[in-house]
Amino acid sequence: MAEPSSYSKKIIINPVTRIEGHASITIDLGRDGKVADAHFHVNEFRGFEKFCEGRPFTEMPSIAPRICGICPVSHAVASVKACEDIMRLIPPPAATLLRRVMHLGQMVSSHALSFFHLSSPDFLLGFDSDPAKRNIIGLAEKFPDLAKRGIRLRKFGRECSERIAGKNIHSVGITPGGMNLGLSEENRKALLAWIPESIETVRIGLDIFKRYRQKHMVEVDSFANFETLYLGTVGPQGELELYDGKLRFINEKGEILNDQIDPRQYLEFIAERSLAFSYLKSPYYKPLGFPKGMYRVGPLARLNVASSISTPLAQKEFTEYRQIGGKKPLHGTFYYHYARLIEALYAVEEMKNTLENPRVTSSEILACAKRNQAEGIGCSEAPRGTLFHHYVTDENGILTKVNLLIATGQNNAGMNRSILEVAKKQVDGPNVKEGALNRVEAAIRCYDPCLSCSTHAIGAMPLVIEIRDADQRTVRVIQRAK
Amino acid sequence: MSLLDIDERILDVAALADIVKSPVVDSKEFPDVDVAIVEGAIITDQHLTEVRHIRAHSKILIALGNCAVTANVPAYRNRVTKEEALKCAYVDASSNDSAGQMPDSPELGKLLDRVRPLHEAVKVDYYIPGCPPSADLIFYVLSELLNGRTPNLDKEKLKYG
Repeated sequence: MAEPSSYSKKIIINPVTRIEGHASITIDLGRDGKVADAHFHVNEFRGFEKFCEGRPFTEMPSIAPRICGICPVSHAVASVKACEDIMRLIPPPAATLLRRVMHLGQMVSSHALSFFHLSSPDFLLGFDSDPAKRNIIGLAEKFPDLAKRGIRLRKFGRECSERIAGKNIHSVGITPGGMNLGLSEENRKALLAWIPESIETVRIGLDIFKRYRQKHMVEVDSFANFETLYLGTVGPQGELELYDGKLRFINEKGEILNDQIDPRQYLEFIAERSLAFSYLKSPYYKPLGFPKGMYRVGPLARLNVASSISTPLAQKEFTEYRQIGGKKPLHGTFYYHYARLIEALYAVEEMKNTLENPRVTSSEILACAKRNQAEGIGCSEAPRGTLFHHYVTDENGILTKVNLLIATGQNNAGMNRSILEVAKKQVDGPNVKEGALNRVEAAIRCYDPCLSCSTHAIGAMPLVIEIRDADQRTVRVIQRAK
Repeated sequence: MSLLDIDERILDVAALADIVKSPVVDSKEFPDVDVAIVEGAIITDQHLTEVRHIRAHSKILIALGNCAVTANVPAYRNRVTKEEALKCAYVDASSNDSAGQMPDSPELGKLLDRVRPLHEAVKVDYYIPGCPPSADLIFYVLSELLNGRTPNLDKEKLKYG
């Protein structure tokens, strides 16, 4: 029989709390008792690609947002763009403005949820504070004004959809050809009234992050810091763009690999690998193959690929952010939070610009066309990263093939790697402290994964860490004590 | 997560109840509770185990949202077999490479043959439909229950869209 020290062990965290969806983590220990490998198991599958076959393509903008209640507008936008590609139609300018407002609003509400509700308890109450209090309600007990501000910022974002399309999520406003519903002058004013408070709240968030970073510089910089490629959408001058734009890939040094790629060409640059341990697939940059072509998406990636930001306050923050890495991209996973807040600032500023455009209340918002080609591809930047919808139809407009490439999926390899990096530092053998486990989970939370989205599944129950030995025996399952 | 749509009123709910487990609260065990709110349809064997466990430890169980109440969009999968759905996603999708594996490791839940609403698996005490469920209705039901009253869920209060 082997000596106890000669076999290795595995840790499981299940469920991972404070992320959307359902997942667990396994940590494999080597024979020396040190962390050898880590896997993030995403445990949800719904099968949208299959069950949408046989339905008219025009139904997709209503069905696809059901993939997720956090980023339904991104799904609706990617979906109508794919439909409009099939129809060979350009929506009226006012419709695009309204979609932009809804899309920016969703970015604000999703980023507010990620930072204030889900992540700020770690910053303000501490990673090692009482787990029962480490949430938005515990935050409200200690910092009531801040918690209310965070809640209101999320509310503002959702109100953009409500005031345009009558419902805060899953609205019927966005439709192939444009918009079913417009924006009244009264609602335009009501949304503009939110802007000063929202800018202030995002700036408070930025302050919290910066103060935390000052105090914990080494931890912030080294937290799951590893080199990857990045993908994001940019405008014609390389500026940050979330709604409409072209794709840019950069390498780990920050050099542009491909620029101004039409999203319709995505299959030339991206392929996906299905893996046995997760319902979440692992996309990669095709020219480099798997796993070398690992890239990341989302706020960190978008600010790493962008050359500038078009709004003044966000540009100022962006300049400061960029100074950290010098000419190189920021690879530290913790900087997702920072990038997310800068994006939220941009989104609020850009929303003001869009709402001040006189065309935004126009009633000329819907164009009509029939199916004019078989295939359509639509893309948008979801809060968590680049999102693709790809439809193929028969001559009657019935879907024969659907492919959805979801933001969180593109961070799958990054999340697995982040867990491994953090586990190596925090876990030494099967004896693990609660705060260490929370850091493993915090690595995942940086990506703000919406696991329902990415596996096209609905799940509301969170994560378990399991420690396994080198013979794949489970030696410890970690479920936090209350 | 629809619970958060009640915005600031979450703090009123927190004043009346201890929120002991949710996607936004860290505790990983499921203790005995007065009220459990369950979102989502039952898709895998793990969901089934979980919902039975939740039922056994809760005095009142609320099905929240259309997926929990009717199985809604996830039940579209019931037109095809689970094998067809998996093959489409993990083998046939246009962006898949040819070296993929089928997700089947033991950590993962196994798909049930049919996607089902909650009440087909456990007794449900209250239904709050909607996609999304109305924030006002969620708050109303919770405040009635937390004040020891029975919520009145008449037809006019229920909206499925």
